[in-house]
Amino acid sequence: MPMPTTRDVLFKTLADPTRRAIFERLCRQGEQTVGALTAQAGISQPAVSKHLGVLKQAGLVRDRHEGRQTHYSAQLGALAPLIDWTSEMAGFWQKKFDDLEDLLKRMDQ
Amino acid sequence: MTNTETRSVVVEREMPHPPEKLWRALTQPHLIEEWLMKNDFAPVVGHRFNLRGDWGGVLDCEVLAIEPNKALSYTWNFKHADTAFDLQSVVTFTLTPTRTGTLLRMEQTGFRPEQKQAFGGAHAGWKQFFAKLEELVARAD
Repeated sequence: MPMPTTRDVLFKTLADPTRRAIFERLCRQGEQTVGALTAQAGISQPAVSKHLGVLKQAGLVRDRHEGRQTHYSAQLGALAPLIDWTSEMAGFWQKKFDDLEDLLKRMDQ
Repeated sequence: MTNTETRSVVVEREMPHPPEKLWRALTQPHLIEEWLMKNDFAPVVGHRFNLRGDWGGVLDCEVLAIEPNKALSYTWNFKHADTAFDLQSVVTFTLTPTRTGTLLRMEQTGFRPEQKQAFGGAHAGWKQFFAKLEELVARAD
């Protein structure tokens, strides 16, 4: 068996839809407490904590303790091995060209 | 492959509008903002400006070349302490009249081959990224 690569770990970690939803929420909404995440996740707090533990092991989230609360935040840099610059930028420009075409249509009026 | 080699991204699209109109959308700040990003662009060679993305990122740019209704080129740099995210690139738009409108070509050069990470792509492309990830995960099973 080959050693699992960083990519393998990231894919495995994000393959679970519930776990991915938690990670996406942290990406979009910034730092959150376990309680806040549980309120939106539709699963129990221990289940949310377990998912956060797996995300933390993969380096995808970081925790910060403040009083009794633990705050979690997404570590976007951890995704780096999955992202190909050139294809991402091509997608970026395709989307911008769509917006440009919409603008050009509006400029006719 | 050497470390000094850079990669480029090319996106082309024919649009049913005259070059003069596209040129306005590429060079007037209030129009640039509508399709690209908030900016303080001015069509003057050597003018330094910023493009500000919705995700909070700020790009450092400088106008390199202007040929009205034909070509526009500026730097597209993103400073980051992590070299994987640091980016120095040049964006060049070329407008070619066609029978029915204009062929718009965008070429962005400067990506280093070892630099596979993205700053804006990771943010601007979240949805596509997760869609792609799901596909990959499905295929990996």
